Amino acid sequence: MHTNGEKLNGSEIFFESLRRENVEYIFGYPGGALLKVYETLHDVEDIKHILVRHEQGATHMAEGYARATGKPGVVLVTSGPGATNTVTGIANAYMDSSPMVVFTGQVPSTLIGNDAFQEADIVGITRPITKHNFLVKDVRELASTIRKAFYLATNGRPGPVLVDMPKDVLNAICTFEWPESVEIRGFKPTIKCHANQVQKAARMIAKAKRPLLYVGGGIITSGAAEELRKLAIEQQIPVTMTLNGLGAFPGDHPLSMGMLGMHGTYWANQAINACDLLIAVGARFDDRVTGKVDTFATQAYKIHNDIDPTNVDKNIKVDLPVVGDSKDFLASVLEALPEAKEDHGAWLELIEGWRKQCPMDYTVEPDSLKTEFVIDEVSKKTKGHAVVITDVGQHQMWTAQYYKFTEPRSIITSGGLGTMGYGLPACIGAAFGVTDRPVILFTGDGGLMMNIQELVTAVHNKLPVKIFLINNSYLGMVRQWQELFHQEKYTFTDLEASNPDFVKVAEAFGCKALRADNPESALKAIDEALAYNDGPILVDFRVIRKDMVFPMVPAGASISDMLLARLNPKTMV
Amino acid sequence: MKHIISVLVENKFGTLNRVAAMFSARGFNLESISIGETEDTEISRMTIVTRGDDRIVSQVLKQLNRLVDTIKVTDLTHQPHVERELLLMSLKLSAASQREIFELINVFKGKVVDIKQKSITIEVIGSPDKINTAIDLFRPFGIRELARSGAVAIHRGEN
Ligand SMILES: Cc1ncc(C[n+]2csc(CCOP(=O)(O)OP(=O)(O)O)c2C)c(N)n1
Ligand SMILES: [Mg+2]
Repeated sequence: MHTNGEKLNGSEIFFESLRRENVEYIFGYPGGALLKVYETLHDVEDIKHILVRHEQGATHMAEGYARATGKPGVVLVTSGPGATNTVTGIANAYMDSSPMVVFTGQVPSTLIGNDAFQEADIVGITRPITKHNFLVKDVRELASTIRKAFYLATNGRPGPVLVDMPKDVLNAICTFEWPESVEIRGFKPTIKCHANQVQKAARMIAKAKRPLLYVGGGIITSGAAEELRKLAIEQQIPVTMTLNGLGAFPGDHPLSMGMLGMHGTYWANQAINACDLLIAVGARFDDRVTGKVDTFATQAYKIHNDIDPTNVDKNIKVDLPVVGDSKDFLASVLEALPEAKEDHGAWLELIEGWRKQCPMDYTVEPDSLKTEFVIDEVSKKTKGHAVVITDVGQHQMWTAQYYKFTEPRSIITSGGLGTMGYGLPACIGAAFGVTDRPVILFTGDGGLMMNIQELVTAVHNKLPVKIFLINNSYLGMVRQWQELFHQEKYTFTDLEASNPDFVKVAEAFGCKALRADNPESALKAIDEALAYNDGPILVDFRVIRKDMVFPMVPAGASISDMLLARLNPKTMV
Repeated sequence: MKHIISVLVENKFGTLNRVAAMFSARGFNLESISIGETEDTEISRMTIVTRGDDRIVSQVLKQLNRLVDTIKVTDLTHQPHVERELLLMSLKLSAASQREIFELINVFKGKVVDIKQKSITIEVIGSPDKINTAIDLFRPFGIRELARSGAVAIHRGEN
């Protein structure tokens, strides 16, 4: 602990500033430009440094931690290659609006621009994928810059902020001053929603016959799940969620329609195109949600609440934009709603009809293993209460479809960027943040390999994460598109001949591992994994290799035109 | 349609790059951009000329606002404003063309900034339209080189 007015060097200021920001964990990796920082770290006890094995891993861990806890994730990497290795993780956090502060070492300021050893213009490189970034040129600006970085990362629409720190700045000495407050004149997010717009929204909601709530990650970020639940239940409005919005409303509630969009439920997508009022809250009309935009919710009056004005009218023109925090929006709408309610019985029945027409179900055979079964069983055994992380691909969509998320901050998945390799490090980060709920990863055999080195981090820190590997020995999602839309030309998606034995790989890392290839062994393995808490455990689920995720909206089609099953049943195995 | 946007920004290293990069990343048209310090040395004014339908321009304005280093964004297009651009142009000079060139310079209220035996450099100030016309009319004499500043603009003063 240092006090204002003390003479400190840049590295001491760095840690003291993190302390003032209540940072618990740093996900980092050392290098030349950071030697002074790591020297100082030797005597820092209250902030825990987690050594990763690749800087990309650090960024996803920081994001996993941030999304599980709501607190900003912190990354510390060296200059040049250390910095460039963070690019994918920063872009991922940017697309999914996750609060994160990335600190990069930089060559001494006198050498910047000289193609110095391990120099990279990381501020230039990350400009389009950060909410904002800084190069600190003077040690006297270090503390205030860090203060600003955390402020920007966590206020308004959250996002990643990068602070580049030249080596000489980290060595230089000055008087430490922690600024009392932050004032950034170009950053004034609108939190409070406009009263007239709220009144209008309430009037539209009160008189709608077929209203539908379409909600996204904004509900989770703003902590508005309670308000959402109240609005939906009091007004009997069905709720559909985006991938990152899952958990915003309890998935086991009758008013929950699950996810919408490309691999959404049939009934949610039908409802979109039949509703007369669409209430979009904290969602951004992503193309994976809307399908063909000119056929999206054409019968509906559209209300759109988002904290980021650029999201409004970007992809879909709406009738009533309400810029502001989603919690404020929902709370104000609840207050403004009249006592009298419309009866939505007929509308809910219509939806129930679609649900019955194309339910989400699957069959179980004794000698083969379906991913849907594995996820459904994990969902039941954890009562929808786990923190679930996914990688990217078929297993990700099946998780979204079959895990019944019951509370916010339960799904951590790469929605916007679709980053393979995200899952394992993100689940490690989440496990640092959450210790009172099981932390479960569903990953693919392709994606797991992309950051498998972080298994060391999980083992070394004895994190009780459950790594459920959905192993189809295929880049399954790409294979699915090859079968459906590319004349069954299965180029470079079959991994059977080249995949390692994942049980042995895990064991070599010191991680407990099991294998399952039928429902019976799967149930046993799930039980064993859920009961094991002495460190990570990996289960290699050998699932049916060529299963596909349905229903599905083909790219560019209207979201109500869904493929419900294979076009050509002969390709089924 | 064409829009002229005035943006007050932090006078900091990299700000111009942030704005220009945002235009290219989002695929917005950027016809011209000019920047200079204001009466407050911590703040610069950018004048941006862009084209697009209402939806696109409204996105341009919102995306500009979203940048942390922008302080104020104003679309001047439909407000009373003054817009000026500077043209510096070097032309071929011959005995035959000399008189006509000087007449044209007068028409555009231009100035001669340099004159040599075989070349003349002139400056013209005016709206971008006027600059376009000037370039068209001088072109037959033979343009050796030209440079345009891009538009700068501010609100007209109040009564
Ligand atoms: C970094 C990265 N590279 C490529 C892709 C394209 N891609 C999307 S899904 C996928 C296949 C994933 O395979 P696997 O991890 O085995 O999961 P599965 O679909 O089989 O469940 C690929 C290659 C991507 N999303 N991210
Ligand atoms: Mg696979």
